[in-house]
Amino acid sequence: MQTTAKTATSAGQADSALRYRAQRIAGQALAYGSLILLSAFVLMPLGWMLTVALKPDNMPYFTIPPEWFPTSYWEWNNFPRALLDSVQPFLRYTFNTLIIVLGNMVGTLFSCSLVAFAFARLRFRGSELLFNVLIITMLIPWQVLMIPQFLLYYKLGWYGTYLPLIVPSFTGNAFFIFLIRQYMRSFPRDLDESARIDGCNFWQVFWYIVLPLSTPVLVVCMVFVFQNTWSDLLGPLIYLDSNNKFTLAVGLANMVTRAGTKWNLLMAANLITIIPMVVVYFFAQEKLIGGIASVGLKG
Amino acid sequence: MAREEERAAYLFMLPWLIGLVVFLIGPIIASVIISLTDWNLVSSPQWVGLANYQEMLFDDRNFWQSIRVTLYYIVLSVPLFMVSGLGLSLLLNMRLKGMNWFRTLLYLPSVLSGVAVAVLWVSLLNPDLGAVNWVLRGIGVANPPRWLSSPQWAVPSVVLMGMWGVGGSAIIYLAGLQNIPPQLYEAATIDGAGAWRKFIHITIPMLTPTLFFVLITSLLGAFQVFDTAFVLGGSRGGTSGALRFYLLNMWTEGFRNGRLGYASALAWVLVLLAAIVIMIMFRTSARWVYYEHEPTKA
Repeated sequence: MQTTAKTATSAGQADSALRYRAQRIAGQALAYGSLILLSAFVLMPLGWMLTVALKPDNMPYFTIPPEWFPTSYWEWNNFPRALLDSVQPFLRYTFNTLIIVLGNMVGTLFSCSLVAFAFARLRFRGSELLFNVLIITMLIPWQVLMIPQFLLYYKLGWYGTYLPLIVPSFTGNAFFIFLIRQYMRSFPRDLDESARIDGCNFWQVFWYIVLPLSTPVLVVCMVFVFQNTWSDLLGPLIYLDSNNKFTLAVGLANMVTRAGTKWNLLMAANLITIIPMVVVYFFAQEKLIGGIASVGLKG
Repeated sequence: MAREEERAAYLFMLPWLIGLVVFLIGPIIASVIISLTDWNLVSSPQWVGLANYQEMLFDDRNFWQSIRVTLYYIVLSVPLFMVSGLGLSLLLNMRLKGMNWFRTLLYLPSVLSGVAVAVLWVSLLNPDLGAVNWVLRGIGVANPPRWLSSPQWAVPSVVLMGMWGVGGSAIIYLAGLQNIPPQLYEAATIDGAGAWRKFIHITIPMLTPTLFFVLITSLLGAFQVFDTAFVLGGSRGGTSGALRFYLLNMWTEGFRNGRLGYASALAWVLVLLAAIVIMIMFRTSARWVYYEHEPTKA
């Protein structure tokens, strides 16, 4: 009697353990299923784009059913054709975009790290007030500045040059200043104080101690700057006036709205625009996702 | 020494202070004045008082169209993006092998440029030959929408495109989820709470600060839709103005029609709308946003 009761409970236990395991496996299978489905949703449009980009001119670009990855046509020549096109030279556009991106990176790095250092590590009258001003400027919709800034640059004779797209970055960006400042505040105070006692001036404290330690946050900012500037459409659209100065974003937008566009070349050009972003993303993704997370928490 | 520190501080901040005056405060003041004029760069500005604002409110169909389009977009996209972003983040928060790989991949579309993504989707949304309608026909929708060529479906097209990048907000929620102390879930499990009750009584309340942040940024973001609208609908805002988003309308008035004064007035209405949104959000936030500890003043 006793033994049967015992076996019954252990059988019951085994049963519930089994059920638990079955539930867990079913849950995991369901999760993997949805993840794979979502990944397909992300990857298939990209694969389709590559397929179209590799088609020769006389083939129908759109097919029913759609071809999600290239199988029969491998017209790699479309990439150099898009890059060297005489009407829409995407190589030229890439080069122009790079100039603006690099200018913005240098400008942001220079200005934001300096300002963030002052906010994070120096004591001065008015620091709280100025910090509040900084926060408020983050909330001002920049669209308000679109017209008056355009007029300013126009009067300065900067219209049609890259200056309006680069120079402002040298005066800092509230969001990046805030991000870098948060990071710089996390270092112990003794760090600069002992350096000061050893006879460093503030510039040396900044340059030799605080700046090198801030590399991780600076990298995150640089990736953000790269992404924003690389894909900016509105700025170049407002300030650039000739085809040989256009950026990738403007070139693409013009190409898609133009009648009689060759879709294989358009998709090749689109990939030329996308690939650098993907490469930068994959190199930086770990730091980037961490950086975005910290921004999200600030709210 | 204190004085030296102060001088150093202002020197370090000089680039920003210059920018603040030259590129921000100056232009803002100028913008107020410009919005009270009629000005097209070629002729000299004419003082018109509040006429620009009057025209906007009473006789500008394009302005009201841009408000309608933007509101329609908000109503459709914000709840959808928030729910699906949250759902995706719950999925990405599971402890499974290869999860990092999935996170990286699903976040990818949100880092791609607006123009490039829009160019891609213009072709996917082609009514007759596009992939989206092929899928819809495959699952039995006999007459799939005409998407961008139909005034009713143009904004939903933009929303659908946005769904492709929903991984962006999922990553923000994910960070919020990972900050919830696991003890809360452990205690709830001991008390016999199931997964759903844990979600409603722990996950959601602990996530309200993140939800608040995403809600504000997506409301304000709706007023900044430009790239997508421009690529999908051109500078006139698509079929019968169905894609005339607020910022696109403002850009068209200022830089296509050369009405700098009028565009500045539009900009100020945008500021006002943004201020109202932000104020309402912060006023009501005390009721639904839960902070475990008062966030320490930075």
